[in-house]
Amino acid sequence: MMFTTRLLEALGRVWIGLLLSFLYLPICIMALMSFNASPFYQLPFEWTTGWYADLSRNGRLLAATWNSLQIAVFTTAIATVLGTAASIALFRYEFRGKRLLQALLFPPIAIPWLITGTAMLIFFFGVGIGRGLHAILLGHVALALPYVIVVVSARLQTFAPELEEAARSLGASQWQVTTRVTLPWIMPGVIAGGLFAFAVSFDQFVVSYFLSTPGEATLPVEIYAAIRKGFTPEINAVSTIIIGISMGLMLVTARFFKFGGEK
Amino acid sequence: MAEVVVDKVSRSFGSHKALDEMSIAFPDKGFYGLLGPSGSGKTTLLRMIAGFDFPDAGRIAIGGEGVERVPVEKRRIGMVFQNYALFPNMSVAENVAFGLSVRGETRGAIEVEVKRALDLVQLGHLGERRPHQLSGGQRQRVALARAIVTKPRVLLLDEPLSALDKALRVDMQIELKRIQREIGITTIFVTHDQEEALTMSDRIGILRDGRLVQEGPPEEIYDRPESEFAATFLGDANILRGVATGNGIRLPDGTVVVANQGTKPAVGTSASCAVRPERISIGEADNATLGEENRLKGRVSKRIFGGNSSTYFVEHRGDIIKVHVQNNGGTSLAEGQDVILRWSPESAVLIGM
Repeated sequence: MMFTTRLLEALGRVWIGLLLSFLYLPICIMALMSFNASPFYQLPFEWTTGWYADLSRNGRLLAATWNSLQIAVFTTAIATVLGTAASIALFRYEFRGKRLLQALLFPPIAIPWLITGTAMLIFFFGVGIGRGLHAILLGHVALALPYVIVVVSARLQTFAPELEEAARSLGASQWQVTTRVTLPWIMPGVIAGGLFAFAVSFDQFVVSYFLSTPGEATLPVEIYAAIRKGFTPEINAVSTIIIGISMGLMLVTARFFKFGGEK
Repeated sequence: MAEVVVDKVSRSFGSHKALDEMSIAFPDKGFYGLLGPSGSGKTTLLRMIAGFDFPDAGRIAIGGEGVERVPVEKRRIGMVFQNYALFPNMSVAENVAFGLSVRGETRGAIEVEVKRALDLVQLGHLGERRPHQLSGGQRQRVALARAIVTKPRVLLLDEPLSALDKALRVDMQIELKRIQREIGITTIFVTHDQEEALTMSDRIGILRDGRLVQEGPPEEIYDRPESEFAATFLGDANILRGVATGNGIRLPDGTVVVANQGTKPAVGTSASCAVRPERISIGEADNATLGEENRLKGRVSKRIFGGNSSTYFVEHRGDIIKVHVQNNGGTSLAEGQDVILRWSPESAVLIGM
């Protein structure tokens, strides 16, 4: 009995070790190579920050990075606010067609982005929205909303509706109830939903590719174009910076908002 | 502080009538217990007085002001919820301060009031704690302090003690009553626990199927129930059924039971007579005298020992009559023994059909 438990524990450790290796090894190698002088990944390793210097002079990549960041930030803000408001409304009120609405929120998550992207392109052309950064932003918000609603609604399931009733009985207006009782409780869900929205937007390639114009692209689209022309370690450099920022962001939020438990 | 008047209030959920022309006057500064089985409408009524729900018809007035269309946040009520509903993201002091803070009171005034309220419930030293660090009884007190700190016109309690264990519940009953007297607030209290209703309330209203069955001071309802339901729901009661004879009933076997309590039903109609188990004395033989008493022969079918008292189940012509006897050192009766049950007409209540 004891022996089996130990064996299982050891196996578990090995499993987690392998899992993390497969996730992080490629990233680590890429980060290392961004500091290697050889453009063809040749060893021995020769330290350089030259690729970063090149990157700082690459106008197209920098402009695309800036576009991506802006769109991701706006998408996060818009999708989080709209998604949280929608989740609270779905939680609080009973209305005609509520079930249908909730059911319709989920399929977009499962529909391939290629199809969503095509549909958006056709639709945006038809109604005159066209292509460009504004179209990308609109598309990203639409893609991110279901994620925010799913995550925030899951958090709301742990919220006791009596808390809102108690607040109201103490004289709080609807707005005070929301901002002082409901929002503080669901904040970890809102933050998590926001991170999802940011990730959906910042990672987005397919939909952005369809909706971008040659002059105005997001970073993934620009990287794709650059790779097609010929791979340079500048891509490693920009990717390393982005990984550094997003991992830092994740770790900080995870620490502040206690994911995975209340206490 | 104010009296609360509920006047012919009705409320239906689909085809279910939760409240059916309910009228009750809750006296100013009184402690009123609403008692009834689940589905009797007591919680619906409480939520309607609070303003969480609105009547389909009828009026509700607090302190003479019609409030049936006023939403809860404008009604100036205080409510204690069954599971306390303390805000988990706030400290004890912040919980209590909430009602004052949303009204825009100054920081200084809030501090004074919160301290006073926490002292009243004897939790002045725990203001910095979080709700999850408190025991059930302490949470209960915080919920109470939070509900009364805004000086509401009426205090509503929704089964506030049901989540506590028995010993703590008795302590809290006394405590709650003390605080209610001290601040003199009209209090309406929903419970399904008849003992709790009896010990705490100045008046009790018994509800059933959305209607008020009977109301009055606890002793009055206990001693003079007007229906079999009221007799059996509030306390334990033996119900004997027969035909009204004027000042009593005739049982199917011809025995006449004389009852001096209750209203006399028309002679010849079917009627019943309620007798509390502790009002009946049980003896081995018919050592007669006292000719005024009701007597019934029976046989002990079961005895249940309950510590300070015992309950005898005595069979009389197929009916079982319960008798409570104090265990004060006398000899106990064996199962299967023939006995005589006796009770005075003062202890018997006539109930018409």
